[in-house]
Amino acid sequence: MLKRITKLTLEYRWHFTASAVFAFTTAVTSLFIPKLLGQGVDDAIALIEGRNASRGEIESLLLTTALLVVLVSTLRGTTGFGQMFLGETLSQRVSNQLRMLYFDKLQVLSFSFHDRVHTGQLMSRGLSDIEGVRMFVQSGLVQIVRVFVMLVAAAIFMVQIDLQLAILSLSFVPFMAYRSARLRLQLRKVWREIQDALGDLTTTMQENLAGIRVVRAFSAQKYEESKFEVTAREVVELRMNAARTQARGGGAISFSFLIAWAVVLWVGGEKVISDQLTIGELTQFFFYLALLRFPVRMLIMIINSTARASSAGGRIFEVLDIPSEIADDTSSAPLEVTDGVLRFDNVSFSYGDAPALRGVSFEASKDHTVGIVGAPGSGKSSITNLIPRFYDPTHGTVSIDGTDLRKATILSVRQAIGLVEQDPFLFDGTIRDNIRYGDVTASAEKVVAAASIAQIHEFIDSLPDGYDTELGERGVGLSGGQRQRVAIARTLLTDSPILVLDDSTSSVDAGTDARIRGALKELTTGQTTIIIAHRLGSLQHADEIIVLDNGSVVERGSHDELIALNGHYRALWDLQRGRGVEGGE
Amino acid sequence: MSTTSNNSPQTKQPNRQRPANAEEEHGKLNESDEEMFAQLDSTVFKRFFYYASPYKKQMLIATLAVIGFTLANLALPLLVKFGIDDAINNTNSNLLKVIAISIVGVAGIYWFTNFLQNVLITRVALTVLYDIRADMFLQLQRLALSFSDKTPIGALMARMFGDVGALQEMLESSIEIIGDVLTLFGIIVILLVLDVHLALVTLAIVPALFLIRIVWQPFARRAFLRMRRNSSVVGVYLDQNVSGIRVVQALNRQEENTGIMGGKVHTFFWSAVRASRLGGVLMPTVELMTGTALALVLVVGGGRVLSESIEIGTMVAFLLYVQRFFEPIRTLTMHYALLQRAVASGHRIFELLDIPLEVEDKSDAKPIGDITGRIEFKNVTFGYDPARPILRNISFVAEPGQTIALVGPTGSGKTSITALAHRFYDVQEGSISIDDHDIRDVTQQSIGGVMGMVLQEPFLFSKSVLENVRYNTLNATREDVVAACRVIGAHDFVMQLDDGYDTTLEQRGSNLSVGQRQLLSFARALVADPKILVLDEATANIDSYTERIIQDALRKLLEGRTALVIAHRLSTIRNSDQIIVVQDGGIVEIGTHDELVASTGLYSQLWQTNYTSFDDIADNANDLTGMPASST
Repeated sequence: MLKRITKLTLEYRWHFTASAVFAFTTAVTSLFIPKLLGQGVDDAIALIEGRNASRGEIESLLLTTALLVVLVSTLRGTTGFGQMFLGETLSQRVSNQLRMLYFDKLQVLSFSFHDRVHTGQLMSRGLSDIEGVRMFVQSGLVQIVRVFVMLVAAAIFMVQIDLQLAILSLSFVPFMAYRSARLRLQLRKVWREIQDALGDLTTTMQENLAGIRVVRAFSAQKYEESKFEVTAREVVELRMNAARTQARGGGAISFSFLIAWAVVLWVGGEKVISDQLTIGELTQFFFYLALLRFPVRMLIMIINSTARASSAGGRIFEVLDIPSEIADDTSSAPLEVTDGVLRFDNVSFSYGDAPALRGVSFEASKDHTVGIVGAPGSGKSSITNLIPRFYDPTHGTVSIDGTDLRKATILSVRQAIGLVEQDPFLFDGTIRDNIRYGDVTASAEKVVAAASIAQIHEFIDSLPDGYDTELGERGVGLSGGQRQRVAIARTLLTDSPILVLDDSTSSVDAGTDARIRGALKELTTGQTTIIIAHRLGSLQHADEIIVLDNGSVVERGSHDELIALNGHYRALWDLQRGRGVEGGE
Repeated sequence: MSTTSNNSPQTKQPNRQRPANAEEEHGKLNESDEEMFAQLDSTVFKRFFYYASPYKKQMLIATLAVIGFTLANLALPLLVKFGIDDAINNTNSNLLKVIAISIVGVAGIYWFTNFLQNVLITRVALTVLYDIRADMFLQLQRLALSFSDKTPIGALMARMFGDVGALQEMLESSIEIIGDVLTLFGIIVILLVLDVHLALVTLAIVPALFLIRIVWQPFARRAFLRMRRNSSVVGVYLDQNVSGIRVVQALNRQEENTGIMGGKVHTFFWSAVRASRLGGVLMPTVELMTGTALALVLVVGGGRVLSESIEIGTMVAFLLYVQRFFEPIRTLTMHYALLQRAVASGHRIFELLDIPLEVEDKSDAKPIGDITGRIEFKNVTFGYDPARPILRNISFVAEPGQTIALVGPTGSGKTSITALAHRFYDVQEGSISIDDHDIRDVTQQSIGGVMGMVLQEPFLFSKSVLENVRYNTLNATREDVVAACRVIGAHDFVMQLDDGYDTTLEQRGSNLSVGQRQLLSFARALVADPKILVLDEATANIDSYTERIIQDALRKLLEGRTALVIAHRLSTIRNSDQIIVVQDGGIVEIGTHDELVASTGLYSQLWQTNYTSFDDIADNANDLTGMPASST
């Protein structure tokens, strides 16, 4: 995972190089400071002992060293700023690119994916996991350059002074490397668990908010709280686990580092006593060690962000790598709709193991309406899902004007089909934005025309803000029937040659339903219409009615033919009529 | 945030007016920059401390650990100084060994206290955040439904996760912040003890640093807040697109949406760049200060060494301390970004927690206890916006066991009547009582216990069928659930699912048809077995095929219960004991079907209209939805 993140980061070659150069410069300039300070101490000692040079000379030497310290510090500050700023910018670029990739992927992934994976899970990946990757790029990839350069450069400087002491001073490094590697593995596992638990918590929250009316209706707040508590507690425990692991591992690293101080003081001190080393040189060692505090501290942070990024990155790439089951290939050609003939040829389909459709065949053409009836679970919705190619059939073909949908580009297929679903989703934004969703350039007149056919114009017009009225999530501000009508207008606006109405007026009263159908018939021509309805009256004038049972077509024909057939349809019809009678006709 | 900001939405967001028949703005979350800035940071911190106060003991131990840690940290240069001055300069090898061993001891203390402080502070931080998140959750459960209706789930999720996450980062790094501050003071003390003269010269530059910070702070603050907000905008948009994915794909909006998302991401990016520039700009300043201080130590300290006022080891210690002195300042600068984020997030969190509840239990509210199930509306007037009542002077009585059918055109107020019966909102005038209890005098929890509801849209959780049907009736056994499903007629299709009652439903039950979901929500109400049942056009979506099953189930469901039904089925309406015709927020007719048909009122007109336009199937119950099936 880290490799892929790194690869992604390296696409911003210049940004990365620039921040790496700044990191490098910062590290190197940092190391000059101990050298200068050590030199200063030596100068001061020289002053006391009054050897080699006159006092004035040494004083001016000390002053020069002091000025150099100021200069180098300023340089370090400036390059440090450059590194931090560029690193942050780079990390934002990478995470934003990842965000866009993720967004685009979610938009094209097939419905079977979206059915399977909960919105909460997708959100938690899109928000916290991408942030985890960003932190890695910022504090991992760029800082690691600095840490590495500092360690190496410090080693070189130290070796130049005294090889033995240098080796002793840096003796903590192998231990640190070993502990870091182990810590990274431990943390990666913990982070994966944390992220999964956070995903669960997000799901719990999301469902609670989406189903808030059910929660209220059953006064289930206590129950929901306990559900929340369990998941939230788990997140707390896992995070504690991570903190403990990190504190343990990080502590061991810091400890080994401090031991190096003791060793340097002891061995170095002995060397000074036996005149193998000057006090100034020993001081330099301490300044180097003081300086190495920063990379040691950073390293622990880096390990954590790296561990988090490898699991977060895993969760992101997992989604990015899923091949969309429905995708264009090189041979896909745009679909040209001429006669609007939609044909199901011996179509079988299943979501999982249980078949949803078995050998369904029918045909609908321009200016014709095909009605589909059947019990819940009989396969009506599966047909709706196959027409815009939200899924592919397991056997048989779905074609428009003789072209197998699998051979046409997805865009052209979906442009040809206008689908209105029973429980339509409306977006945050104005009613106008919602109606224009499929065609943002549509004129105001066109919007009004579509709304009028859907019998919703008058209502919208009566609102204080009219078409500019804002809708909340899922359009709860509108009733079910109003939402369905806005959705119908939204689909009508796209002028698709094939219209699929999936029980799309179930919450609209019968009178309005009839007016919508009347207006559709009157104002649109040349459309192929598929209507799925539980209200048999809505289908009565259909050119053909298909009766589904358990995934198969059991009857077909016009209303009169089906009544005469005396089968399923007739039974259903009588059932509906019968109840009217039973109700006290 | 403050209560005032919640009540002044119209001027801030003129475009967020609601439809006339929809609920009005209530307790809306504030999103404007200006009001954020008006708040003082200290209020946010005070609230944090309030949450942290139960964990005083842990915090005390953690603070002790931090002090121990800081002392260990500060002892190191001092030990080096003693090593140089007392041991090396006096060629005392034994003392050198002792000092080296003490450094090992200090390292041990460092390790231990570091572990202790990390674990303790993390524990407190996580627990505090857990408490805050739980309070937010609770608040969301109690806020009026109008709030949930108006606030995008994505925005709430951003607060629950993004903002709480920002707080967490801040609290967890607070150990470092505390340690840094302590180190700062510790160094000042040690420097003064070592050599007052040199210390004063070195510290002379500190005030300049504070001055710079004061100028810088407001700019940085604004930039961080803006970045935060833009980030939440991106989150909300992502959420919308995931939730509405079917529409996005059906209408080929991918390209357009990518453009919009790109724009939002772009805006966020630039605000982040700006924030990071402001965050980083302090760095060169601090470095310059450090350099200057070091230079001063060299020059002034060198002079002092020469005049033998201080030893060389003291100068080394000074140089080591001065580097450390600015290190906390440097990391504090880095942490400042975190702190800013946390304060901004804190505002957004407390803003949510501070929205006043519109419906609250009275302090002396008691459980409603056993009831017969009589409901009375007495002169009830109600509007989501009190200035615009949508129900006027509603009075009726439902005797125990009676079924009341509510009919009327879209937007007439039927749903509001049912919502009021459950006390989702409080009435402005008049009263609603169950048996002899005014519902404002009893606990809301207990109302939920005696009243069940079947909603217009069945909502199922991604849990097993069993858990969905049992839902809040925790004492219901598996057998109870199966029995309820049998009565409703859901048992057969449930058994056909892969794992029967243990099948986990997909998001919003998308692996079931709408009709099947509806049946399960019926079963859920049956398991709850309430004395009073509110049915909100729940039957509208049921497929004709299951009509008969549903009719039977409904009859069983209504048996022995008082029911308020927003009805569409002729049989339901006609079998009801009373039909209440609602129009424009008032009751225009009450009576039985026969009485009302005999009159020339609205009901009879609706009946007639329907009859003529659907005369060929007029006796079809399902098509006699003469009463608009939709309402709010």
